[in-house]
Amino acid sequence: MTISTHHHFRNGDLVANQIFIAASELGVKDLIWFPSASFHCHEPMIEYLKDGTIHHIEGSMNGPLGRFASLGNMKGTGVLRSHGGRYQAVQDGEVVIDIAVIAAPTADPFGNANGLTGDSACGLLGFALADSQYAHKVIVVTDNLIPFPCVPWQIQGNYVDYVVEMDQIGIPERIISGTTRITKSPDRLFIAELTAKFCDEVGILYDGFSFQAGAGGTSLAIGNYFGEIMREKGIKARFARGGSNQYLVEMLEEGLIDYILDGQTFDLAGVRSMRENPNHVNTSPFTSYNYHGKGNFAGIVDVVILGATEVDVNYNANVVTHSDGYLLHGIGGWQNCLFSKNVILPIPLFRDRIPIIRDEVTTICGPGELIDVIVTERGIAINPRRKDLLDAVKNSKLPIRTIEELKEEAERICGKPEPVEFGERVIAAINWVDGTVIDVVRQVIE
Amino acid sequence: MGKKGTAGNQGPGIRSDCFAALELKSSGGIEIILNSKVDALYKKSIQELAHQILDFFQIKDAKLEIIDRGALPFVLAARIEAAVKVCLDSQEEFWLEMIPENMYQTRKDSTRRSRLYLPGNSPKLMLNAGIHQPDGIILDLEDSVAPDKKEQARFLVRNALRQVNFYGAERMVRINQLPLGLDDLTYLVPHYVNIILLPKCESADQVQAVDKKISEILSDSDLDYPIYIMPILESALGVVRAYEIASASENVASLAIGLEDYTADLGAPRTKEGRETFFARTQVVNAARAAGIQVNDSVFSDVADMNALREVVLESKSLGFDGMGCIHPRQIKVIHEAFAPTEKEIQKAENIVRAFDEAASKGLGVVSLGSKMIDPPVVKRAQKTIDLAVKSGQLPENWKEQGSEEDH
Repeated sequence: MTISTHHHFRNGDLVANQIFIAASELGVKDLIWFPSASFHCHEPMIEYLKDGTIHHIEGSMNGPLGRFASLGNMKGTGVLRSHGGRYQAVQDGEVVIDIAVIAAPTADPFGNANGLTGDSACGLLGFALADSQYAHKVIVVTDNLIPFPCVPWQIQGNYVDYVVEMDQIGIPERIISGTTRITKSPDRLFIAELTAKFCDEVGILYDGFSFQAGAGGTSLAIGNYFGEIMREKGIKARFARGGSNQYLVEMLEEGLIDYILDGQTFDLAGVRSMRENPNHVNTSPFTSYNYHGKGNFAGIVDVVILGATEVDVNYNANVVTHSDGYLLHGIGGWQNCLFSKNVILPIPLFRDRIPIIRDEVTTICGPGELIDVIVTERGIAINPRRKDLLDAVKNSKLPIRTIEELKEEAERICGKPEPVEFGERVIAAINWVDGTVIDVVRQVIE
Repeated sequence: MGKKGTAGNQGPGIRSDCFAALELKSSGGIEIILNSKVDALYKKSIQELAHQILDFFQIKDAKLEIIDRGALPFVLAARIEAAVKVCLDSQEEFWLEMIPENMYQTRKDSTRRSRLYLPGNSPKLMLNAGIHQPDGIILDLEDSVAPDKKEQARFLVRNALRQVNFYGAERMVRINQLPLGLDDLTYLVPHYVNIILLPKCESADQVQAVDKKISEILSDSDLDYPIYIMPILESALGVVRAYEIASASENVASLAIGLEDYTADLGAPRTKEGRETFFARTQVVNAARAAGIQVNDSVFSDVADMNALREVVLESKSLGFDGMGCIHPRQIKVIHEAFAPTEKEIQKAENIVRAFDEAASKGLGVVSLGSKMIDPPVVKRAQKTIDLAVKSGQLPENWKEQGSEEDH
């Protein structure tokens, strides 16, 4: 049996763990947990993986759960999908959700629900959309039950079987940060500024362009630098794809951006803006990420700024495992974003002693054909497939290098990494956006 | 029980550093206990390096524990060597390869708008310092290093001079106050250090002692490259003796002023307006110019306030300073922008340099611009302005080919 949950409450989720406490008490075994993502707060699941309540997880396994799975301790094999890939898997019947448990900050007795108000307000509930539409049984859980109608109904009561009221479904300060912050690290700011300069010089930042930058410190800084350039050039963006945050909201309110198309809100400013501003639009993985979506707009975004744990000399990138083999992160919307017109990865050349550019990545999450530019503090590498970008920087003073040169520089500084040995057992599959398997993760030998 | 020695840093928040604990034994061979964050990728190479160092010091029986948080080889080697030196009384030094990029020399009159201070016992901050392109990077052995870490910081700074690429920034070290600072020089001079900063300098003798020690070490090591001295005046007495300090040796390239200690010495609180330091600053500028050398201002300590920094730098420039100290990489850009010549200054300098070129091509001994005669120091200053404009990205390197304003 498969039970699904969403991750809009991030590290403040109080619902998912309770489902499996109950299942364990009932003596139910071999469940599949199908979260849209997991966080450190889900560490207690390890106990239910150990006692057989949960057979395996199909979803991101962050931190302690990833470590547990990496060592081969999970009974079944995990499956990691992108946000869009998760929607596709449900739509195609690859995953049949028996019970969807949808924690909702506000709901009515009919099951209409949204994330805009209530103590656990998280902005929106887009990651639970497929679950509400396709699960055999849908349970909405809320700590803010209001009389009908709960509008806007981000989750429609017509799909919902049961509404359950709880005292508290989330810890507000862990769901949404009061404020998101731009990095103060001079090295990361340097990379961010270089990334923005690059985008400007190659002509990506034109009047009416569109962009997506995440909520990490470096990405936030890049958005901020974009804002400076836009003001200077007197241009604006048609839309920015969120994760929204205070900086993006400020740009919207200043008139630098016409629309925020938002997949998740990261701070209180984002929640407020989505509640009050009609140009701050609630989207789901269906509208922007889904492989089958006919209006999937990820492909028309001019530039996306993404992270990676590793990139190889063929521009393949890894976002789930570290170089020592541990599975520690989910895919999120990362794979789906690779379809945008320009994919840029601003990353340090090495983290502590670990070089980021490798001969081969530990796990392929995205094929090199789709990754265009790597920006490091020691130079920018442009994928040779992107002749247009290479032409655009021909007379530029930007520090353009080949990816091989960057790799060599990292290895001169850090030393050449020794090969890592893995166990035979496959502990998780990494799915591509269409449901095929792009790579697998093997057991780590301690 | 054998002798024990430790070096390095450990605990939460420590990254790109390591801690080494060595215990000499009378038998049992070498035992290395490695607890490394990067074990999966560098276990072998860390162990090899450790064996190599113990071997070098002819240690046959010992237990070496390394707690590594992703330290680069130059850090690992410095920590292990420092732990060895606690146990052994050895004059030998374990040198890692000197990377060729670091074997550059400097000029007495190099551009010195910004000099970035880095604590000498914190490797993490050294790794990327060069990418921010300050004119100089100071590895500090003095105030930023705790008294019980002074010894181990020398090994780290020496290894950084040999292995960390500073991408062309002048490689500076602030030594300790004399006499301790003279011993520091042993670990710096043979490693292509460009400038020695002499803190709390109060006399010409101190400068000469440093200068003498530098030339002794160079000659003992069979090396021959220039190492300049930047005395830092941080007391009332130092300021009063500014001229004799500035002219104490041919190798004094610049005078710097340290205002925190100076105001403490005066007994006056340091204010934003800076009236209490006005005398000292103008005195030091005047002394340096009288001795024909550069002069560098103190640091600005509020790293979050870039607007205030800009104002301070502009004032600094107006008083005649050539540069300032920085304690955060984000200050570098602001300092460079504020010290950059104005458009009017650039235009004037261009005209002078062109007039000089023209006179030279005609074989004329006298340079004139319009009805004015131009003296050689004016040409020199104009060339400096041009160099600075090129360095600040205000003029292309081939500006002469682009024609003068009159041609447009």
